[in-house]
Amino acid sequence: MRRSWLSFPYLVWMIIFTVVPLALILFYSVVKIEDGGIFLTMGNFKRVLEPIYLAVFLRSIKIAIISTSICLLLGYPMAMILASKELSNKSILVVLFVIPMWMNFLARTYAWMTLLEKNGLIATFFNLLGIELPMLLYTEGTVILGMVYNFLPFMVLPIYSVLVKIDKAVLEAAEDLGAPPTIVFRRVIFPLSLPGVTSGIIMVFMPALTTFVISRLLGGAHFTLIGNLIEQQFLTTRDWGFGSALSVVLMLMIVLTMGFALRYEKENEGGGLW
Amino acid sequence: MVKSLLKKAYTYFIFLFLYAPIIVLIVFSFNDSKSRAHWTGFTFKWYLEMFKDRQIMTSLYYTIGIALASSLIATIIGTIAAIGIIYLKKSLRSILMDLTYIPVLNPDIVTGISLMLLFILLKFPRGVFTMLIAHITFNLPYVILSVLPKLKQLDNQIYDAALDLGATPFYAFTKVVLPQISPGIFTGFLLAMTMSIDDFVISFFTTGPGVSNLAITIYSMARKGVSPKINATLSLLFASVVLLLLIVNNRMTRDNNRKERTV
Repeated sequence: MRRSWLSFPYLVWMIIFTVVPLALILFYSVVKIEDGGIFLTMGNFKRVLEPIYLAVFLRSIKIAIISTSICLLLGYPMAMILASKELSNKSILVVLFVIPMWMNFLARTYAWMTLLEKNGLIATFFNLLGIELPMLLYTEGTVILGMVYNFLPFMVLPIYSVLVKIDKAVLEAAEDLGAPPTIVFRRVIFPLSLPGVTSGIIMVFMPALTTFVISRLLGGAHFTLIGNLIEQQFLTTRDWGFGSALSVVLMLMIVLTMGFALRYEKENEGGGLW
Repeated sequence: MVKSLLKKAYTYFIFLFLYAPIIVLIVFSFNDSKSRAHWTGFTFKWYLEMFKDRQIMTSLYYTIGIALASSLIATIIGTIAAIGIIYLKKSLRSILMDLTYIPVLNPDIVTGISLMLLFILLKFPRGVFTMLIAHITFNLPYVILSVLPKLKQLDNQIYDAALDLGATPFYAFTKVVLPQISPGIFTGFLLAMTMSIDDFVISFFTTGPGVSNLAITIYSMARKGVSPKINATLSLLFASVVLLLLIVNNRMTRDNNRKERTV
């Protein structure tokens, strides 16, 4: 037990600034404060099930799934290329791949705004060619583009780190036994890379599901995802109860996704999600 | 042959996708007119104006100040806590580790609003101080998760040997334990800095009127249409972060090489 007390300041800090705030959200999601009295209610959660709000949830999930799939399709080949290079070249390429992430997240999104706006670089370029483009900004496609741009490295890096660790002897063995490259990929490389794919999917899906910045800047003021809905409840309508209920549902969705992925990981004897 | 060409083309395509927006942003910070599409001539004037802009400069100070202060405090509390966690009973330790993962896994927006609720209910005026607390809170787990593995690798007998040879616990700690876990502490500190500089969502909910970091300033300006001064600020910030990390990276590879040679 010696020196274990050193962790107590941290414990106290986490209780005050993590546990208590989350407990507050849970509390506000199930009560109604009226005429100075506090009543238990499920009303906030019932409202979440109303068609307009349900539509927002479905739209957020749809967009998050599409973005995650595009990231996987674009990212997997990239991770394979990064992992296949000989060593001297490889480390430079990986660093080059990570550098854009050092630009502030908001700045990267803002950069796309200036590229896509009505008088932006892309529209101007096509105008010079005599092609009139439709409005590029403030569509669902733009929001997805913003998500793919911001979260692609989160997909590539975990897959890359699993791929480089694959023992080359295993691949050679498969080739020696006469497997053509497609079979080597399908039966050996891909199954071995699944832990990386799982953590990549989680690391893209979660921020894509919860963001409110990308949808606001690239989707416009009327483009509403779960994140925007929560932000509105706390900053504009000041309906803490409904906002808290939405947050609780969002957290449950994250916990479920995580639990599902972790169980899947365990079954596959994978590991090192984080 | 075709395959390697295809690989090359794909790599260029992805890198173009990743870099094009950033390069355009930087190029137009040198553009003479306010246009973000037409090039009218080279100028440094936005960089000069940036330094005269009170709003941009104060948000830059807040960003850097809060990043430094929060990562420093988080590194101190986190390192001390990690040492304590090693000696905790197993049941308590797993509770504390679960707590550590909450801010990492929780959506930023939920962390942000939950802290905002706490500050409102405590009638704590929101501003620099609340933002600092929020940043320390989300930085702490990264420090702990960087330091703990180093502590687990540590050979306790060396520390005990130092005590047997008459070192005070504090002296033994600073001379024996600290040098061995310092790479973990340093990584944790850098991670915390990066997270803090990059954060928008949690800062947005925990700050008060008049106090905004760079991300919040861009967000509020982006909705009105932005000035090239912001491009200049971001380019400068980006360049300094890249420079800083390259220096750190360089130092770390040099240290590694030296270690390999002595081994």
